[in-house]
Amino acid sequence: MGTRNYRRKTSHSEHGAGDGGRTGSWRVERPVLDRNLCIPCKRNKEACFICWLFCPDVVISRTIPPTINLEYCKGCGICAEECPTKAITMVDEAKFAEEDKE
Amino acid sequence: MQAKSTILSLPTEELVHPGTRACTGCGLSIAYRVGLKALGRDTILVVPPSCLTVLQGLFPVASTKLPCLNVTFASTAAAAAGILATLKAQGNEHTTVAGWAGDGGTSDIGLQALSGAAERGDNFIYFCYDNEGYMNTGVQRSGTTPIGAITANTPFKGKLQQKKDVPAIMAAHHLSYVAACSAAYPLDLYDKIKNCLALPGTKYFHIHIPCPPGWGYDPRYGIKIGRLAVETGYYDLYEIVNGEFKLTAASEKLIEKRKLVPVREYFRAQSRFRTLTEAQIGDIQKTIDEKWAGYYKKDE
Amino acid sequence: MHIIENGNAAAALGVKLCRASVIAAYPITPQTPLTEKLSEYVESGEMKAEYIPVESEHSALAVCIAASSAGARTFTATSANGLLYMHEQVQWASGARLPMVMCVVNRAVGAPWNVWNDQQDSISQRDTGWIQIYCADHQQIIDTVIKAYWLAEQVSIPVMVCYDGYILSHTFMPFDLPDQEQVDSFLPPFQPDYFLNPQDPANLNTVTLPDVRMDVRGELAHGYMEIRCLLQEDLRKALQTAAEAEKRFAGIFNRGADPYIEPYRCDDAEHVAVGLGSITYQMRVCVDQLRTEGIKIGVMGVRYYRPFPDEAIAAALKGKKGVIVVEKALSYGYEGALMSDLKSALYEHLAGTGSLPVVQNFIAGIGGREIRTDDLTQTLRAAAKGRVSKEPVWIGLRL
Repeated sequence: MGTRNYRRKTSHSEHGAGDGGRTGSWRVERPVLDRNLCIPCKRNKEACFICWLFCPDVVISRTIPPTINLEYCKGCGICAEECPTKAITMVDEAKFAEEDKE
Repeated sequence: MQAKSTILSLPTEELVHPGTRACTGCGLSIAYRVGLKALGRDTILVVPPSCLTVLQGLFPVASTKLPCLNVTFASTAAAAAGILATLKAQGNEHTTVAGWAGDGGTSDIGLQALSGAAERGDNFIYFCYDNEGYMNTGVQRSGTTPIGAITANTPFKGKLQQKKDVPAIMAAHHLSYVAACSAAYPLDLYDKIKNCLALPGTKYFHIHIPCPPGWGYDPRYGIKIGRLAVETGYYDLYEIVNGEFKLTAASEKLIEKRKLVPVREYFRAQSRFRTLTEAQIGDIQKTIDEKWAGYYKKDE
Repeated sequence: MHIIENGNAAAALGVKLCRASVIAAYPITPQTPLTEKLSEYVESGEMKAEYIPVESEHSALAVCIAASSAGARTFTATSANGLLYMHEQVQWASGARLPMVMCVVNRAVGAPWNVWNDQQDSISQRDTGWIQIYCADHQQIIDTVIKAYWLAEQVSIPVMVCYDGYILSHTFMPFDLPDQEQVDSFLPPFQPDYFLNPQDPANLNTVTLPDVRMDVRGELAHGYMEIRCLLQEDLRKALQTAAEAEKRFAGIFNRGADPYIEPYRCDDAEHVAVGLGSITYQMRVCVDQLRTEGIKIGVMGVRYYRPFPDEAIAAALKGKKGVIVVEKALSYGYEGALMSDLKSALYEHLAGTGSLPVVQNFIAGIGGREIRTDDLTQTLRAAAKGRVSKEPVWIGLRL
């Protein structure tokens, strides 16, 4: 398949997610949220969201509960490190791989 | 009036897509994401080769929802001037033009064009994201690599020279606005951008950017390390508005505290400083203490 | 309207008539009077444009690249080392397919420093993907600037309008100044396919992979090689567009000629002298003299150097006994670049026809060395008699 009729004659990029592919596959550890410790979950109101502020990869939502987009989360662990109540734990991906098999 | 944002007052709209090629725990990704929120949708970006070129995406996919012109390494500020001139010719007085360059693209190869644009007073915002080295090409020393840092071309002794003080160089151009920020303090960055948007001429932002592969630390500690740089008084958050210097955010609070975290803690958290001796750290601590003695004196 | 002005003023007047809206320039001799003139037009309000006095030639082209990407009709001009300092940006402008126009006021390059005329500067930019046009007098300068904008915008390829420093830039000649209405009817406002715009965001000139890749709509987008190949294809096709430009121009201004070459007394000639720029008009004087001596010789100016009008050149030289290429530049280590290109065109179109002329190469006027008409005549006279040397011969050399 060729590109002869492609609209552009030069490098003209249009925006979309996942330029780097499914970057979730880079992850070694997965962030897991404990709602019992998460401030907005506990208070059931907009609060804290430090995890959202510091997420480099735009994968945490500013919602109750905050959700983590695992398709793209690279597993840096900044959210876990910065969470004031330690509500996020980084868990070895190998553990989930075993679960997926079961 | 100085705006004071909170996490909840930041816009939820994201102008960067997930799934970029940036490294895990990239400090630039945080500063860029928040910076674009402050700039808003009515913005045209200019980017020279740098980590951001990679983060922005490879043809034909872009990770940023704003229009962006990729330009040659030395020409960020001149290209911004070209876009501005065009907007002016088109009668467009609302669109913001923002250059985002790395520390090499700013302090080394891009300094001439930046100085030219600043001297002419071209009305745009220039962001230098300073991860203190040529990280995109594999961690070589730049003009802003600090003394003592091991890089790919200062492999054994670490860099022997001082970090170039680019904000001071830019302040010497009599700009309406110069700011020093950090990826670890995104709200301070957000507020500073908002506060300078209406100011005339060239506005210069220097942003300290923790870089896991370049600095040598576990990505999860990026914010902690960025914060340590500030709490040790090693890197200061400030703004210079029409010539008036003022510490901001956590740096401003350090004035009241009159107590700095020992800089050793900052150095020991990163492998790039592994060859710094206690004596060298002592010398750097002395320099920091003298700088802060000056700040305290001004405050009295 | 006929006026008498210098070559730089002719270029500046052309740029004004074309309504360029963003101009950036850095001073270098002998370009300076051109950009000074433009700054006068802008500051006096005679011309509605932004004039950016940049801090280097690299930035001059950076401003034009960005302005053109944002939808402006742009202009810059330079000479010699200024052009060389731009080199990276020169490549960038064509790779980004920006229809800008730049005047190169030809001057020798350092080292050693020399401010006088030759054409080493623009010839060294031959392979950058720009259209290169050479002018031989002031009328050609102003007309070429106007045609260059139309052509550039038709094919999305930047154009270098080259003319000899001092010999053309600083001498006064009468020429016809086109009127604004005519120019406006020839050259409509610039309407780019895309311009940087927050309402329709795109990321331009991003890293492009060696291979093709799917875009966000699921269409297969080009790799780097396809983008580069399209530049080559479009440059070759631009020869056709250049002919259209000439035709359109002639229709409005009642003057025009062969777009690619400018032959003089070539029809019955056995020998043809070939060159770029003002030297070809000087050679007309030599040819007139040699004709009185019974030597059947003509002269041909090459106007388009890139894209190279190989077919037109070969057709014009077919059946000639000898071709004498006189150049103000050199591909050091071999011969004049025009010489090589011309021989390659002759080989391509005439090999095996039995009508391949003997081609000789002369180098003249390097670093502003005066080209005495008598010397030039003597050179052509000797060359018409037979091959002088296998290597390029330097005219007026005192080694």
